[in-house]
Amino acid sequence: MLPLVGGRRLNLVRFSFLLLRGALLSFLAVTMTKLAQWLWGLAILGSTWAALTTGALGLELPLSCQEVLWPLPAYLLVSAGCYALGTVGYRVATFHDCEDAARELQSQIQEARADLARRGLRF
Amino acid sequence: MASLEMSRSPPRSRRDLEVRSTRQDKYSVLLPTYNERENLPLIVWLLVKSFSESGINYEIIIIDDGSPDGTRDVAEQLEKIYGSDRILLRPREKKLGLGTAYIHGMKHATGNYIIIMDADLSHHPKFIPEFIRKQKEGNFDIVSGTRYKGNGGVYGWDLKRKIIRLYRKEVLEKLIEKCVSKGYVFQMEMIVRARQLNYTIGEVPISFVDRVYGESKLGGNEIVSFLRGLLTLFATT
Repeated sequence: MLPLVGGRRLNLVRFSFLLLRGALLSFLAVTMTKLAQWLWGLAILGSTWAALTTGALGLELPLSCQEVLWPLPAYLLVSAGCYALGTVGYRVATFHDCEDAARELQSQIQEARADLARRGLRF
Repeated sequence: MASLEMSRSPPRSRRDLEVRSTRQDKYSVLLPTYNERENLPLIVWLLVKSFSESGINYEIIIIDDGSPDGTRDVAEQLEKIYGSDRILLRPREKKLGLGTAYIHGMKHATGNYIIIMDADLSHHPKFIPEFIRKQKEGNFDIVSGTRYKGNGGVYGWDLKRKIIRLYRKEVLEKLIEKCVSKGYVFQMEMIVRARQLNYTIGEVPISFVDRVYGESKLGGNEIVSFLRGLLTLFATT
Protein backbone atom coordinates (compact mmCIF):
# COMPACT_ATOMS: atom_id res chain seq x y z
CA MET A 1 0.00 0.00 0.00
CA LEU A 2 1.57 3.27 -1.11
CA PRO A 3 1.94 5.89 1.59
CA LEU A 4 -0.78 8.54 1.40
CA VAL A 5 1.36 11.58 1.00
CA GLY A 6 0.36 15.10 -0.01
CA GLY A 7 -0.96 14.85 -3.58
CA ARG A 8 -2.28 11.32 -3.33
CA ARG A 9 -4.24 12.03 -0.17
CA LEU A 10 -5.78 15.08 -1.81
CA ASN A 11 -6.77 12.98 -4.85
CA LEU A 12 -8.37 10.37 -2.61
CA VAL A 13 -10.33 13.03 -0.77
CA ARG A 14 -11.51 14.59 -4.00
CA PHE A 15 -12.45 11.26 -5.50
CA SER A 16 -14.49 10.15 -2.47
CA PHE A 17 -16.21 13.50 -2.35
CA LEU A 18 -17.26 13.24 -5.98
CA LEU A 19 -18.37 9.64 -5.63
CA LEU A 20 -20.50 10.33 -2.58
CA ARG A 21 -21.94 13.43 -4.16
CA GLY A 22 -22.89 11.46 -7.29
CA ALA A 23 -24.60 8.74 -5.28
CA LEU A 24 -26.53 11.18 -3.15
CA LEU A 25 -27.64 13.17 -6.17
CA SER A 26 -28.88 10.14 -8.07
CA PHE A 27 -30.96 9.09 -5.11
CA LEU A 28 -32.36 12.54 -4.51
CA ALA A 29 -33.09 13.24 -8.18
CA VAL A 30 -35.63 10.47 -8.13
CA THR A 31 -37.52 11.79 -5.13
CA MET A 32 -37.12 15.57 -5.34
CA THR A 33 -39.33 18.23 -6.90
CA LYS A 34 -37.98 20.13 -9.91
CA LEU A 35 -37.38 23.19 -7.75
CA ALA A 36 -35.35 21.18 -5.26
CA GLN A 37 -33.32 19.62 -8.07
CA TRP A 38 -32.50 23.03 -9.51
CA LEU A 39 -31.55 24.44 -6.11
CA TRP A 40 -29.29 21.47 -5.46
CA GLY A 41 -27.71 21.77 -8.90
CA LEU A 42 -27.08 25.48 -8.45
CA ALA A 43 -25.68 24.95 -4.94
CA ILE A 44 -23.26 22.33 -6.16
CA LEU A 45 -22.12 24.29 -9.20
CA GLY A 46 -21.87 27.46 -7.12
CA SER A 47 -19.82 25.84 -4.40
CA THR A 48 -17.54 24.24 -6.98
CA TRP A 49 -17.00 27.61 -8.67
CA ALA A 50 -16.39 29.33 -5.32
CA ALA A 51 -13.96 26.64 -4.24
CA LEU A 52 -12.01 26.91 -7.47
CA THR A 53 -11.86 30.70 -7.62
CA THR A 54 -10.83 31.14 -3.98
CA GLY A 55 -8.23 28.39 -4.18
CA ALA A 56 -9.80 26.52 -1.25
CA LEU A 57 -9.04 23.13 -2.80
CA GLY A 58 -5.38 24.01 -3.06
CA LEU A 59 -5.31 23.74 -6.85
CA GLU A 60 -2.95 25.85 -8.89
CA LEU A 61 -4.87 26.67 -12.06
CA PRO A 62 -3.08 28.42 -14.91
CA LEU A 63 -3.85 32.14 -15.13
CA SER A 64 -5.85 31.82 -18.37
CA CYS A 65 -8.19 29.32 -16.70
CA GLN A 66 -8.70 31.58 -13.73
CA GLU A 67 -9.44 34.55 -15.97
CA VAL A 68 -12.22 32.60 -17.71
CA LEU A 69 -13.60 30.99 -14.58
CA TRP A 70 -14.10 34.13 -12.51
CA PRO A 71 -16.72 35.89 -14.71
CA LEU A 72 -18.30 32.62 -15.88
CA PRO A 73 -21.56 32.78 -13.84
CA ALA A 74 -22.33 36.32 -15.01
CA TYR A 75 -21.51 35.36 -18.58
CA LEU A 76 -23.77 32.29 -18.44
CA LEU A 77 -26.63 34.33 -16.96
CA VAL A 78 -26.47 36.94 -19.71
CA SER A 79 -26.24 34.26 -22.40
CA ALA A 80 -29.26 32.45 -20.98
CA GLY A 81 -31.23 35.71 -20.99
CA CYS A 82 -30.29 36.44 -24.60
CA TYR A 83 -31.20 32.94 -25.68
CA ALA A 84 -34.59 33.16 -23.96
CA LEU A 85 -35.44 36.53 -25.53
CA GLY A 86 -34.19 35.41 -28.91
CA THR A 87 -36.27 32.24 -28.88
CA VAL A 88 -39.44 34.07 -27.84
CA GLY A 89 -38.89 36.74 -30.49
CA TYR A 90 -38.28 34.17 -33.21
CA ARG A 91 -41.33 32.10 -32.27
CA VAL A 92 -43.59 35.15 -32.18
CA ALA A 93 -42.32 36.28 -35.57
CA THR A 94 -42.81 32.90 -37.21
CA PHE A 95 -46.16 32.07 -35.60
CA HIS A 96 -48.62 30.88 -38.24
CA ASP A 97 -51.66 33.01 -38.99
CA CYS A 98 -54.60 30.86 -40.08
CA GLU A 99 -56.88 32.96 -42.23
CA ASP A 100 -58.17 29.98 -44.20
CA ALA A 101 -59.28 28.29 -41.03
CA ALA A 102 -61.24 31.36 -39.99
CA ARG A 103 -63.01 31.61 -43.34
CA GLU A 104 -63.77 27.90 -43.39
CA LEU A 105 -65.23 28.12 -39.92
CA GLN A 106 -67.50 31.02 -40.86
CA SER A 107 -68.96 29.19 -43.84
CA GLN A 108 -69.45 26.04 -41.79
CA ILE A 109 -71.30 28.02 -39.14
CA GLN A 110 -73.78 29.18 -41.82
CA GLU A 111 -74.20 25.63 -43.01
CA ALA A 112 -74.67 24.35 -39.47
CA ARG A 113 -77.31 26.92 -38.59
CA ALA A 114 -79.29 26.14 -41.74
CA ASP A 115 -79.11 22.40 -41.21
CA LEU A 116 -80.06 22.58 -37.55
CA ALA A 117 -82.98 24.92 -38.25
CA ARG A 118 -84.26 22.37 -40.77
CA ARG A 119 -84.05 19.67 -38.14
CA GLY A 120 -86.14 21.71 -35.75
CA LEU A 121 -83.68 23.52 -33.52
CA ARG A 122 -85.00 26.79 -32.11
CA PHE A 123 -81.98 29.05 -31.61
CA MET B 1 -56.81 -4.17 -26.12
CA ALA B 2 -53.16 -3.07 -25.91
CA SER B 3 -51.75 -6.43 -27.02
CA LEU B 4 -54.12 -6.51 -29.99
CA GLU B 5 -52.99 -3.09 -31.14
CA MET B 6 -49.28 -3.80 -30.83
CA SER B 7 -49.46 -6.59 -33.38
CA ARG B 8 -50.89 -4.28 -36.06
CA SER B 9 -49.10 -1.89 -38.41
CA PRO B 10 -50.19 1.77 -38.58
CA PRO B 11 -53.37 2.51 -40.59
CA ARG B 12 -52.64 3.33 -44.22
CA SER B 13 -55.79 5.11 -45.29
CA ARG B 14 -59.00 6.65 -44.11
CA ARG B 15 -60.82 3.45 -44.99
CA ASP B 16 -58.31 1.57 -42.89
CA LEU B 17 -58.98 3.91 -40.00
CA GLU B 18 -62.74 3.45 -40.39
CA VAL B 19 -62.52 -0.33 -40.38
CA ARG B 20 -60.30 -0.50 -37.32
CA SER B 21 -62.15 2.21 -35.42
CA THR B 22 -65.65 0.90 -35.88
CA ARG B 23 -64.69 -2.60 -34.90
CA GLN B 24 -64.08 -1.98 -31.24
CA ASP B 25 -63.22 1.62 -30.31
CA LYS B 26 -65.62 4.21 -29.04
CA TYR B 27 -64.69 7.83 -28.45
CA SER B 28 -66.41 9.83 -25.72
CA VAL B 29 -66.19 13.60 -26.07
CA LEU B 30 -66.49 15.47 -22.79
CA LEU B 31 -67.92 18.97 -23.22
CA PRO B 32 -68.13 20.96 -20.00
CA THR B 33 -70.27 24.01 -20.72
CA TYR B 34 -71.13 27.25 -19.01
CA ASN B 35 -73.15 29.83 -20.93
CA GLU B 36 -72.51 28.32 -24.34
CA ARG B 37 -76.00 28.64 -25.76
CA GLU B 38 -74.77 30.05 -29.08
CA ASN B 39 -71.78 27.78 -29.56
CA LEU B 40 -73.13 24.45 -28.36
CA PRO B 41 -75.32 23.60 -31.40
CA LEU B 42 -72.47 24.52 -33.72
CA ILE B 43 -69.84 22.47 -31.95
CA VAL B 44 -72.15 19.46 -31.74
CA TRP B 45 -73.02 19.77 -35.45
CA LEU B 46 -69.32 19.90 -36.37
CA LEU B 47 -68.52 16.94 -34.11
CA VAL B 48 -71.32 14.83 -35.58
CA LYS B 49 -70.16 15.77 -39.08
CA SER B 50 -66.50 14.83 -38.43
CA PHE B 51 -67.31 11.54 -36.73
CA SER B 52 -69.95 10.44 -39.24
CA GLU B 53 -67.78 11.26 -42.24
CA SER B 54 -64.96 9.14 -40.81
CA GLY B 55 -67.21 6.32 -39.65
CA ILE B 56 -66.06 6.60 -36.05
CA ASN B 57 -68.15 5.35 -33.15
CA TYR B 58 -68.72 8.21 -30.71
CA GLU B 59 -70.77 9.83 -28.00
CA ILE B 60 -70.88 13.44 -26.80
CA ILE B 61 -71.32 14.06 -23.08
CA ILE B 62 -72.50 17.57 -22.25
CA ILE B 63 -71.81 18.61 -18.66
CA ASP B 64 -73.62 21.86 -18.08
CA ASP B 65 -73.05 23.64 -14.77
CA GLY B 66 -76.45 25.27 -14.39
CA SER B 67 -75.95 27.91 -17.11
CA PRO B 68 -78.38 30.81 -16.71
CA ASP B 69 -78.57 31.50 -20.47
CA GLY B 70 -80.51 28.36 -21.39
CA THR B 71 -77.62 26.15 -22.56
CA ARG B 72 -79.38 23.17 -21.05
CA ASP B 73 -82.50 23.81 -23.13
CA VAL B 74 -80.46 23.84 -26.32
CA ALA B 75 -78.68 20.67 -25.20
CA GLU B 76 -82.04 18.92 -24.74
CA GLN B 77 -83.09 19.91 -28.25
CA LEU B 78 -79.85 18.51 -29.63
CA GLU B 79 -80.48 15.28 -27.77
CA LYS B 80 -83.85 14.99 -29.50
CA ILE B 81 -82.32 15.67 -32.90
CA TYR B 82 -79.32 13.32 -32.71
CA GLY B 83 -80.56 10.71 -30.26
CA SER B 84 -79.76 10.01 -26.63
CA ASP B 85 -77.24 7.33 -27.58
CA ARG B 86 -75.09 10.00 -29.22
CA ILE B 87 -75.80 13.03 -27.04
CA LEU B 88 -75.67 12.40 -23.31
CA LEU B 89 -76.82 15.12 -20.99
CA ARG B 90 -75.23 14.97 -17.55
CA PRO B 91 -75.78 18.42 -16.06
CA ARG B 92 -74.96 19.73 -12.60
CA GLU B 93 -76.73 22.27 -10.43
CA LYS B 94 -74.06 24.94 -10.28
CA LYS B 95 -70.53 25.83 -11.34
CA LEU B 96 -68.29 23.24 -9.75
CA GLY B 97 -65.10 23.51 -11.76
CA LEU B 98 -63.40 21.83 -14.68
CA GLY B 99 -61.72 18.92 -12.91
CA THR B 100 -64.92 17.74 -11.26
CA ALA B 101 -66.73 18.18 -14.58
CA TYR B 102 -64.32 15.72 -16.18
CA ILE B 103 -64.70 13.24 -13.33
CA HIS B 104 -68.48 13.52 -13.55
CA GLY B 105 -68.42 13.09 -17.32
CA MET B 106 -66.10 10.10 -17.19
CA LYS B 107 -68.41 8.24 -14.85
CA HIS B 108 -70.98 8.20 -17.66
CA ALA B 109 -68.62 7.60 -20.55
CA THR B 110 -68.96 4.26 -22.30
CA GLY B 111 -66.08 4.79 -24.72
CA ASN B 112 -62.56 3.46 -24.29
CA TYR B 113 -61.06 6.78 -25.38
CA ILE B 114 -61.90 10.20 -23.98
CA ILE B 115 -61.58 13.48 -25.87
CA ILE B 116 -61.47 16.68 -23.88
CA MET B 117 -62.08 19.96 -25.62
CA ASP B 118 -63.62 23.39 -25.15
CA ALA B 119 -67.21 24.03 -26.16
CA ASP B 120 -66.44 27.43 -27.65
CA LEU B 121 -65.45 27.32 -31.30
CA SER B 122 -61.71 27.63 -30.74
CA HIS B 123 -61.21 23.89 -31.32
CA HIS B 124 -62.44 22.60 -34.65
CA PRO B 125 -63.64 18.98 -34.51
CA LYS B 126 -62.22 18.34 -37.98
CA PHE B 127 -58.91 17.58 -36.23
CA ILE B 128 -60.32 14.73 -34.17
CA PRO B 129 -59.90 12.05 -36.88
CA GLU B 130 -56.27 13.30 -37.09
CA PHE B 131 -55.89 12.73 -33.36
CA ILE B 132 -57.30 9.25 -33.68
CA ARG B 133 -55.00 8.41 -36.58
CA LYS B 134 -52.00 9.75 -34.68
CA GLN B 135 -52.91 7.75 -31.61
CA LYS B 136 -53.15 4.53 -33.61
CA GLU B 137 -49.94 5.29 -35.47
CA GLY B 138 -47.80 5.61 -32.36
CA ASN B 139 -49.95 3.70 -29.91
CA PHE B 140 -49.91 6.79 -27.73
CA ASP B 141 -51.55 7.08 -24.34
CA ILE B 142 -52.27 10.77 -24.89
CA VAL B 143 -52.49 12.91 -28.02
CA SER B 144 -52.41 16.67 -27.58
CA GLY B 145 -53.12 19.48 -30.02
CA THR B 146 -50.39 22.06 -30.55
CA ARG B 147 -50.45 25.50 -32.14
CA TYR B 148 -46.69 25.75 -32.34
CA LYS B 149 -45.62 22.92 -34.60
CA GLY B 150 -46.21 21.92 -38.19
CA ASN B 151 -49.00 23.91 -39.78
CA GLY B 152 -50.61 24.75 -36.46
CA GLY B 153 -51.37 28.38 -35.78
CA VAL B 154 -53.82 30.97 -34.60
CA TYR B 155 -56.26 33.38 -36.22
CA GLY B 156 -56.70 36.49 -34.14
CA TRP B 157 -54.96 37.19 -30.85
CA ASP B 158 -56.34 34.21 -29.02
CA LEU B 159 -53.16 33.05 -27.36
CA LYS B 160 -54.93 31.90 -24.23
CA ARG B 161 -54.66 28.39 -22.89
CA LYS B 162 -56.73 26.15 -25.10
CA ILE B 163 -56.34 22.45 -24.73
CA ILE B 164 -57.73 19.66 -26.83
CA ARG B 165 -56.55 16.16 -26.00
CA LEU B 166 -57.34 12.53 -26.61
CA TYR B 167 -56.72 10.13 -23.72
CA ARG B 168 -57.09 6.45 -23.19
CA LYS B 169 -59.83 6.18 -20.62
CA GLU B 170 -57.75 4.38 -18.00
CA VAL B 171 -54.90 6.88 -18.43
CA LEU B 172 -57.21 9.84 -17.80
CA GLU B 173 -58.69 8.16 -14.75
CA LYS B 174 -55.24 7.58 -13.29
CA LEU B 175 -54.10 11.15 -14.01
CA ILE B 176 -57.17 12.81 -12.52
CA GLU B 177 -56.64 10.78 -9.39
CA LYS B 178 -53.07 12.09 -9.10
CA CYS B 179 -53.65 15.75 -9.89
CA VAL B 180 -54.15 18.25 -7.11
CA SER B 181 -54.43 21.67 -8.79
CA LYS B 182 -57.60 23.59 -9.45
CA GLY B 183 -58.83 25.31 -12.58
CA TYR B 184 -56.70 25.61 -15.67
CA VAL B 185 -53.42 24.75 -13.97
CA PHE B 186 -54.89 21.30 -13.59
CA GLN B 187 -54.61 20.76 -17.36
CA MET B 188 -50.90 21.60 -17.26
CA GLU B 189 -50.41 19.38 -14.25
CA MET B 190 -51.92 16.43 -16.12
CA ILE B 191 -49.16 16.50 -18.70
CA VAL B 192 -46.47 16.81 -16.02
CA ARG B 193 -47.88 13.80 -14.17
CA ALA B 194 -48.23 11.90 -17.42
CA ARG B 195 -44.52 12.41 -18.10
CA GLN B 196 -43.65 11.26 -14.61
CA LEU B 197 -45.71 8.12 -15.05
CA ASN B 198 -43.99 7.49 -18.40
CA TYR B 199 -47.10 7.72 -20.52
CA THR B 200 -46.46 8.26 -24.23
CA ILE B 201 -47.64 11.58 -25.63
CA GLY B 202 -48.16 12.45 -29.29
CA GLU B 203 -48.86 15.83 -30.86
CA VAL B 204 -51.04 16.98 -33.74
CA PRO B 205 -50.79 20.53 -35.20
CA ILE B 206 -54.08 22.39 -34.98
CA SER B 207 -55.32 25.85 -35.84
CA PHE B 208 -57.25 28.01 -33.40
CA VAL B 209 -59.76 30.62 -34.41
CA ASP B 210 -60.70 33.47 -32.09
CA ARG B 211 -64.02 33.24 -30.31
CA VAL B 212 -67.02 33.87 -32.46
CA TYR B 213 -69.78 34.32 -29.88
CA GLY B 214 -70.01 35.04 -26.20
CA GLU B 215 -67.69 36.25 -23.51
CA SER B 216 -64.54 34.35 -22.70
CA LYS B 217 -64.42 33.00 -19.18
CA LEU B 218 -60.70 33.64 -18.96
CA GLY B 219 -60.42 37.29 -17.89
CA GLY B 220 -57.31 39.46 -17.72
CA ASN B 221 -54.21 38.50 -15.71
CA GLU B 222 -53.78 35.60 -18.08
CA ILE B 223 -50.00 35.83 -18.06
CA VAL B 224 -49.80 36.29 -14.30
CA SER B 225 -51.96 33.31 -13.50
CA PHE B 226 -50.16 31.19 -16.06
CA LEU B 227 -46.79 32.01 -14.50
CA ARG B 228 -48.12 31.37 -11.01
CA GLY B 229 -49.44 28.00 -12.15
CA LEU B 230 -46.13 27.16 -13.78
CA LEU B 231 -44.16 28.07 -10.65
CA THR B 232 -46.54 26.08 -8.47
CA LEU B 233 -46.01 23.02 -10.63
CA PHE B 234 -42.25 23.62 -10.58
CA ALA B 235 -42.23 23.65 -6.80
CA THR B 236 -44.58 20.73 -6.21
CA THR B 237 -43.83 18.08 -8.83
